[in-house]
Amino acid sequence: MPQDYSYFPGCSLQSTGVAYDESVRALFALLDLKLHELPEWNCCGATSYMSIDEGSAFVLSARNLSLAAQAKHRDLVTPCSACYLVLKKTQDYVEHYPAIANKVQQGLQAEGLPPLNGVQVRHPLEILYNDVGLDRIKHASVRPWRGAPIACYYGCQLVRPYCDSDQQQNPTHMEEVLKAAGIPTVDFALKTKCCGGSLTGTIPAVGQRLNYLILKEAIRKGAGAIVTVCPLCQYNLDAYQADIRKSTGEAIDIPVLYFSQVLGWAMGADAKALGLQRSIAGKQTIKQWFAASEREEKAHV
Amino acid sequence: MSEEIRTGVYTCHCGSNIAATVDVKAVAEYAAKLPNVVVSRDYKYMCSDPGQDLIKQDIREHKLNRIVVASCSPHLHEHTFRTALAKGGLNEFLFQMVNIREQDSWVHLDKPAATVKAMDLVRAAVCRVALHKPLTKGSVPIRADVLVVGGGIAGIHAALTLANAGKKVYLVEREPTIGGHMAKFDKTFPTLDCAACILTPKMSSVRAHPNITLWSYSEVTQVDGYVGNFKVTVTRKPRYIMEDLCVGCLECIEACVYKEGKFVDEFNMGLSKRKPIYIPFPQAIPQVPVIDPETCIDFKTGKCKKSCVDACGERHAINLKMKETTEIIDVGTIILSTGFQVFDAHRSPEYGYGVYPNVYTALEIERLVNASGPTSGEVVLRDGKRPKSVAIIHCVGSRDEKNNRWCSRVCCMYSLKLAHLLKEHTDAEIFNFYIDIRTPGKGFEEFYQKLRNEGVHFIRGKVAEVTDWAFDPSEEGKLVIRVEDTLLGFARRIPVDMVVLATGLEPHADAQEVRRRFNLTCSSEGFFLERHPKLAPVSTFTDGVFLAGACQSPKDIPDTVAQAGAAAAEALALIDAGHVEIEPNTAFVLEEDCSGCRTCIPMCPFSAITFSEETKLASINQALCKGCGTCVASCPSGSIVQNLYDDEEIFAEIEGVLSNA
Repeated sequence: MPQDYSYFPGCSLQSTGVAYDESVRALFALLDLKLHELPEWNCCGATSYMSIDEGSAFVLSARNLSLAAQAKHRDLVTPCSACYLVLKKTQDYVEHYPAIANKVQQGLQAEGLPPLNGVQVRHPLEILYNDVGLDRIKHASVRPWRGAPIACYYGCQLVRPYCDSDQQQNPTHMEEVLKAAGIPTVDFALKTKCCGGSLTGTIPAVGQRLNYLILKEAIRKGAGAIVTVCPLCQYNLDAYQADIRKSTGEAIDIPVLYFSQVLGWAMGADAKALGLQRSIAGKQTIKQWFAASEREEKAHV
Repeated sequence: MSEEIRTGVYTCHCGSNIAATVDVKAVAEYAAKLPNVVVSRDYKYMCSDPGQDLIKQDIREHKLNRIVVASCSPHLHEHTFRTALAKGGLNEFLFQMVNIREQDSWVHLDKPAATVKAMDLVRAAVCRVALHKPLTKGSVPIRADVLVVGGGIAGIHAALTLANAGKKVYLVEREPTIGGHMAKFDKTFPTLDCAACILTPKMSSVRAHPNITLWSYSEVTQVDGYVGNFKVTVTRKPRYIMEDLCVGCLECIEACVYKEGKFVDEFNMGLSKRKPIYIPFPQAIPQVPVIDPETCIDFKTGKCKKSCVDACGERHAINLKMKETTEIIDVGTIILSTGFQVFDAHRSPEYGYGVYPNVYTALEIERLVNASGPTSGEVVLRDGKRPKSVAIIHCVGSRDEKNNRWCSRVCCMYSLKLAHLLKEHTDAEIFNFYIDIRTPGKGFEEFYQKLRNEGVHFIRGKVAEVTDWAFDPSEEGKLVIRVEDTLLGFARRIPVDMVVLATGLEPHADAQEVRRRFNLTCSSEGFFLERHPKLAPVSTFTDGVFLAGACQSPKDIPDTVAQAGAAAAEALALIDAGHVEIEPNTAFVLEEDCSGCRTCIPMCPFSAITFSEETKLASINQALCKGCGTCVASCPSGSIVQNLYDDEEIFAEIEGVLSNA
């Protein structure tokens, strides 16, 4: 029985995070989960908008929720951690703060949209963990893992402050899901530390320092790659490695992937369908890990 | 009845407690005009002797036969004023108290409105008191035997105090030995005397005392009855070794087919292994081993050669067929001293307990520094190495919005003690991370000063996390404490070998079950609630049941022992009085109206109502009834009446409060 969800990709998944969009769609298709992209979706309201003009940001965000409330499938999947957080925050604030609820209500009425109710904002990782379940993931994982162990990195927005089913201080869903797919992981104490956020753009020295700490600790723990749930985390950790090599003199070159990419691979998807060629750092490693086993499979057939 | 009602009304200022918010004079003047009121006065302190004398005098001079006092809560002074009535020659129940302090002046800001409210309440009392009838108090005898539940230091001290006073005491303990948490400690703060040295002689005294019946490995499973006459069921779990036959030679343990311990030793907090047949610690009382059926081969497969039975030989103390038994005892009073449980450090995942092997709880360190502990007092890490640096993190699970909000009171001092002992055992560098250091106790602040002189570091800041994330080579292989040092004003990383979590105290997981069994109430965090936080700290709302120790709130050994002594004294006071007076505000069944429908029986929260198969009528035990009125309201035929709360009185009060002029 296929399961159906509304889908909110958000802006990152159409720009720096195209690989995330591709791999989530590929992974969900393999698991017989149907994603129905929300028609006419707009900006989620995002963190920067929120800090400049909170009122308008809530209205923007609420418009998406209102669209989802009219859609056939009221579970709204969004892979981007920022979208996930902002959508959930909007629901929370509309519920608890009458002033914000009024402003949102006016905004929606101006566009003739119904109020937002009954929508569940969900993250693909949480869907894999709860709706699909570890057993099904185990059965669906057909490719043996040939790469090195992985450092699972959650960043901040998925688990703080809203954390639906995982532990806030020490989330473990990603490790559990990867383990079910036969992918080994390392203990990674920095799994919820700051990736640098937008500081990589505004104060690069501080932002890159934060990137560096995470990359370095993952390597120290014996991880061959870092896997993330957030397009901003992925971009920050992936894109500045050349700069970091220059500033620290350390030979840091480690792939930074989406959890959906490695899981999609384990379940038999094509490397290109998962956007694996789009990564910046660790190209050699990616080539080895995600090609060698495919050759073997061909030999097998 | 053609008695002329002559009511006196007395409105109290309570210094400025009432007078600041209620116009007391206006209330008194208003009351003077109410029906039946002959005298109305206001006075600065009605509870004082001159205040009470006013009432007595007026009863005589004005032939008063009803009294209303508008002052504080009846909890505080109802008894005072009833006594004044009695001394003035009036039945003490021809009295009504109006609470214009806790329910009026203390909770309102608007003086005119508060004054109107006081007038309304006084008017209600004047209306209802006219219908009061003279009543007499009942009395029930008190049995002299006492049940003490929980054999930690609180229970031990209470039991010995009562036994020394010549009372027969049943001491029930759920573990195989008495001693509680204190038996696990190494030294005690701030004097650093050895916990075992001061505790074990008291444990032996319990065993030897002719007035104490000790039932270890047992639990109270049912409590019936009421103050003076409790009927208590105690379930005794099978320990598979008969206490009356065992001499405590422990040869059975030696003989067990397991040559080495293989199972988690609960007493040593899992830091060592025990056999399926074991004694928790060498000075355990009773000095009788116990067999754990979960791990014993004979229980699991039936295929053990039973070398323990052979070793016991002629004594035949081992009985593998032993069954659970129950004892039913009659006691007059009960002391609950069931203690606490330690906060589970897994619930604060940021501190890495269960993730990093060298993160310990304070109770584990108590065992580690203890000469009779798993390492014979050698403080070593899990890999056998001696720590060169130790971090002690205060307030784990305490003063924490995510976990328990209260201060556990003992952790600062036991952390200081452990800092001293760890320094003494290892000469390691010790860091204490604290939010506030709380040392209010005799010799406590001096002990803190002593630790500072010993060179222990104190860093003020709530630790963010314990991590193995190594920043540079000096942190490699260490546990890194990340903390904001709020005195220096910046974030620090401090690498250490060992982390000690000062876990807090919380109510037992089954405190709610115990609460229901003994008919107690709990405060919001789940500790058993005392009758009054200042003036009745060991009594409960169930007469005849007293509290001692950390089951009431976290407390240290000196306070626990003091409270246990107080609980024993309260029990003795009841026993020596020989009987207890019972309030007459109880409910009773009008037999001619009762249809025997039994609706009331399950309603009674005190199990005070029984159904007689002979008469087919319900009847209410006057000693058990607490006057809550639930049965009165539930009775479909209106055949249950409650003294002081019959329909006429309640309606008069309602009409009084609503008939604002």
